[in-house]
Amino acid sequence: MGITQVLFWFLSILAILSAILVVISKNPVHSVLWLIVLFVGISGHYILLDAQFLAIVNLIVYAGAIMVLFLFVFMLMNLNAETEPQKNRWLKIAGVVAGGSLLLVLVAALKQADLKTQIAEMNKGDIGLIHNLGLSLFQDYVVPFEISSVLFLSAMVGVVVIGKKD
Amino acid sequence: MPINYYIFLSVALFCIGVAGVLTRRNAIIIFMCVELMLNAVNLLLVAFSKMHHHALAATAPHAGIDGQLFVFFIMVVAAAEVSVGLAIIVMMYRNTHSIDVNFLNRLKH
Repeated sequence: MGITQVLFWFLSILAILSAILVVISKNPVHSVLWLIVLFVGISGHYILLDAQFLAIVNLIVYAGAIMVLFLFVFMLMNLNAETEPQKNRWLKIAGVVAGGSLLLVLVAALKQADLKTQIAEMNKGDIGLIHNLGLSLFQDYVVPFEISSVLFLSAMVGVVVIGKKD
Repeated sequence: MPINYYIFLSVALFCIGVAGVLTRRNAIIIFMCVELMLNAVNLLLVAFSKMHHHALAATAPHAGIDGQLFVFFIMVVAAAEVSVGLAIIVMMYRNTHSIDVNFLNRLKH
C-alpha cells in the first residue's frame, strides 16, 4: 500500500467521522468546527486528485469565508447546547432510518455498476492547474462566468433588503 | 484509486447530510448539512473529471477540465446561497427569538 492509498484512507475516515460529528454534536459551535475539519479533509482529497486550484479555493471560500459567516451568526445569536431545540426521539430515528435506506439503495445499485476498470488518476495530469482552468474558464465558460457575477450582485442586493430593519 | 472508492465515499457523505437535514431542528445545522451534501457532490465531480482525463488523455489533453469548472461554479452558487440563507435565518431569529424550524409551520396558515 503506497503513500497515496494511506492518505486516501486517512482522509476518507477523517471526512466521514467529522461528517457524523457535525450531525450529532449537541453544541452548534462544535458542529461548525467539525465542518471545517471536513472541508480540510475534502481539500486534501482534491490535492490527492491533482486539483490544486480547487483545493485552495475550497479552503479559502468554504473553510475560510462561509464557515466564518456561520460562526459569526452563531456568536451573534448566543446559542449553546442548552437552547438547542430537540426533536422527539421517533422523528430522529425515522430520519436516521431514511438516510440509511438511501445509502443502502445507492450502494446496492452502484455495486452492480461495472466500474472496476475505471481509475481516477492521481499524482499526474495538469488539468487542475490554474493556467489550464483559467484558459478554459475565459474561453469556453465566459457567459456562465458573467452570469455568476450577476447572481452575486442580486444575492448582495437580496441580503441587504432582507437584513434591513423595516 | 478505482473510481468505486470515491463513489462510495461521496454517497456516504451525501447520506450523512440527508440524515442530518431530517433529524436536526436547528435551522443553521440543517443549512450546514446542505453544504455537506454539496461538498460530497463536488468531490465526486472532481473524481469523475480525473477518471475522464485518464480515459481520454491520449487523444484530448484537456479532457475532464469541465468537471472541475462545474465544481468552481457550484462553489460560487453555494457562496451566494449561504449569504442569502443566513440573512433569512437572522431575520427569523429577530422575529421569533428562536431558530427552531418548527416555528416556521405558522407559514402554512
